[in-house]
Amino acid sequence: MSERRQRWLGVGLEVTVPLLALVLWGLLSAGSDTYYFPPLTDILSTFADTWLFERVGSDVVPSLERMGLGFAIAVVIAVTAGLLLGMSRRARIAAAPIVEFLRAIPPPALLPFAILVIGVGSSMKVFIIAFVCIWPILLNTIDGVRGIDPTLDDTTRVYGISSRDRIWRVMLPAATPQIFAGMRTSLSLALILMVISEMVASTNGIGYFVLQSQRTFAIPEMWSGILLLGILGYVLNGGFTLIERRLLRWHRGARASALG
Amino acid sequence: MLKVEHLAKTYGEGDRAVQAIGDLTFEVNEKEFVCIVGPSGCGKTTLLKCMSGLLAPTGGEVRLHGELVDGPPEQMALVFQEYSRSLFPWMTIRQNVAFPLRRKRLDKGAAAKLVEEAVESVGLSGSVDRYPWELSGGMQQRVAIARALAYQPEILLMDEPFASVDAQTRADLEDLVLDLRGKYGVTIVFVTHDIDESVYLGDRIVVLTPAPTHVQEICEVGLPEPRDQVDTKELPEFARLRAHVYRSIKRRQSAAEEAVNA
Amino acid sequence: MARRAIPDWALPWLSVAAVLVLFELLPRIGVLPREHFPPISQTLDTLAQQAGESKFWDAVGNTLQGWALGLGIAAALAIPLGIVIGSSRLLYRAMRGLIEFLRPIPSVALIPLAILVYGTGLQSKVFLAAFASFWQVLVATLYGVQDVDPVATDTARSFGFSRVQRLFRVTLPSAVPYVATGLRIASAVSLILTVTAELVIGSAGLGRSINLARSGGNEELMYALIVATGVLGLVLNTVFVKVERRVLHWHPSQRREAAAR
Repeated sequence: MSERRQRWLGVGLEVTVPLLALVLWGLLSAGSDTYYFPPLTDILSTFADTWLFERVGSDVVPSLERMGLGFAIAVVIAVTAGLLLGMSRRARIAAAPIVEFLRAIPPPALLPFAILVIGVGSSMKVFIIAFVCIWPILLNTIDGVRGIDPTLDDTTRVYGISSRDRIWRVMLPAATPQIFAGMRTSLSLALILMVISEMVASTNGIGYFVLQSQRTFAIPEMWSGILLLGILGYVLNGGFTLIERRLLRWHRGARASALG
Repeated sequence: MLKVEHLAKTYGEGDRAVQAIGDLTFEVNEKEFVCIVGPSGCGKTTLLKCMSGLLAPTGGEVRLHGELVDGPPEQMALVFQEYSRSLFPWMTIRQNVAFPLRRKRLDKGAAAKLVEEAVESVGLSGSVDRYPWELSGGMQQRVAIARALAYQPEILLMDEPFASVDAQTRADLEDLVLDLRGKYGVTIVFVTHDIDESVYLGDRIVVLTPAPTHVQEICEVGLPEPRDQVDTKELPEFARLRAHVYRSIKRRQSAAEEAVNA
Repeated sequence: MARRAIPDWALPWLSVAAVLVLFELLPRIGVLPREHFPPISQTLDTLAQQAGESKFWDAVGNTLQGWALGLGIAAALAIPLGIVIGSSRLLYRAMRGLIEFLRPIPSVALIPLAILVYGTGLQSKVFLAAFASFWQVLVATLYGVQDVDPVATDTARSFGFSRVQRLFRVTLPSAVPYVATGLRIASAVSLILTVTAELVIGSAGLGRSINLARSGGNEELMYALIVATGVLGLVLNTVFVKVERRVLHWHPSQRREAAAR
């Protein structure tokens, strides 16, 4: 098989296989009378009834707000703290045991604590999302700042670059590839914690809806919620990748030229 | 202008101490082009880092215009060997060259003019809005030189700047530096391990011994100006000088005394 | 460098001590509300008492069981699958779209389904933990198999190694570091999902105990159990890092880390 044909076959397969999987699901579930696995067509029509756009305002928007706010708070705190810890070796040594412990706690274990101290409202969810998202970004930011090329560092010193410019125009851009890697991990954590926190204590939100549907045995509704969460995960990840590609064009270029 | 006196640098402490620089004394005069040449691993980069105030010496001192150098002085610029790592990959050529000027608090027009001139003088006017990694190695080093020149230093230190470019590019860059030296009237200290390069470029050559480094000898280069890659290198004096420096490096420390009156 | 008043080795101890003192004093002087924040000494005291109770160790055991089974099943499925998919370019292309679509789906979305199908016991917990860890290990294995140095493969080919020999002599050893890292992350993920299941579904384990302690108004116990869960996470992570270092001491990524220490 020629190189070119193989490539086209690859691209073709990449698109068709997921579609085939979907079709297969549709076929296998068609006429299904298993209570827990309703036909795909039922799920899709329920999906349209539920999420286009009846419950968008009541469940999707609150969920996304909590997630977005928690994530944003985490980014600000983690990048700031990461820059500071990245610059000071002694601060890093001092903070290490505390950071290691806090990030080793499985995040859901902190939910009861958050409920106890903050209550069951939205701020509890924002808190828990932010708390969990901090660690990957923080550790990556520290790595990014520490990994800055010594020659680049010498260059800023020789030219007497002010410490403000050093932080904003040298360290921060130099650390962005790692910061983004951390943010990507945190984004999926944010979605997970959003769902969990809404399942444990909430009166609205996608997580609440899905669990409530299961409890009331509204099975197609439950599946439509699962589907929505899947789509949400996919879209968030894809959107983030697009932003990352755009902002880090220099990074890929520099790396490609260093390898070539 | 720049005085290096009894400079010494030891890395580490106690049993594991490594003496990189033993005892170095020499002087660089105003508008002079001094080449520092020595065998590989003789602490050339350490010397340059001490001279630029990036590294604190463990003995002796460096003085610029009589003032002790204890941090990078404002009148000094440095061009590194690793051009790809000393340029900021997230900045365009223009931003890279303009970045050090922020310290000088010039108004926008003046800074833009300096950048423009410097980029033009290294022949990169067409590429100002490209990124360093889009350029070849030789062109990246031109950007680093332009950045140093736009900064308008009195003294320019260069650390084996052309060691990682191909031979033809290297000859072009050597001539470029000689040309710019006349144009900008800057004092240059040029570290290299290439004897030909040191003879071709320098007014004087400081020959170093292997570590712990001392000055083996200092020789005057009396070659006529302007230098030319073909004509200058054809001169009998050029051949004599490079043979002399070559032997001087080979002879090493043991015969240091004989070599003083070259 | 000038001598410091506080040597480096004392810094971590000092910061831990400072945090402990802070969480002892702030509740006592009333800066933190006493009803929500018992002084840390009481929490630690409760933790010490718990260490003597079999109920506590049952919960720890339940959690560990969920974690181990989830991780084990994920690894047993994902590593062979990753090797098979990763060693054929065409198969890799065919599966990539599907994997990229399924991977970002938050595993917790499947909690209701798990309850329906497996009930509220161990099975649900293991299903969720295995599902979530599976993707970590699969993707890491795929990367590892794909990232084999082509020079190494060509060398092996020029020496006349067969396809199977190349797999065992070249591909797998090169992929091991990736798989090891994938397993370490999967271990954390498995623990998270285990605790989540205990908390949300109510399967026996630390997660449920924490929630019960809260709803029962026993704050000291809740904090003690959270600390215990954190310690568990820390221990598991440390073990994985240590094993990874030992197994992979030859790998460049470990060398750099070792040099930095």
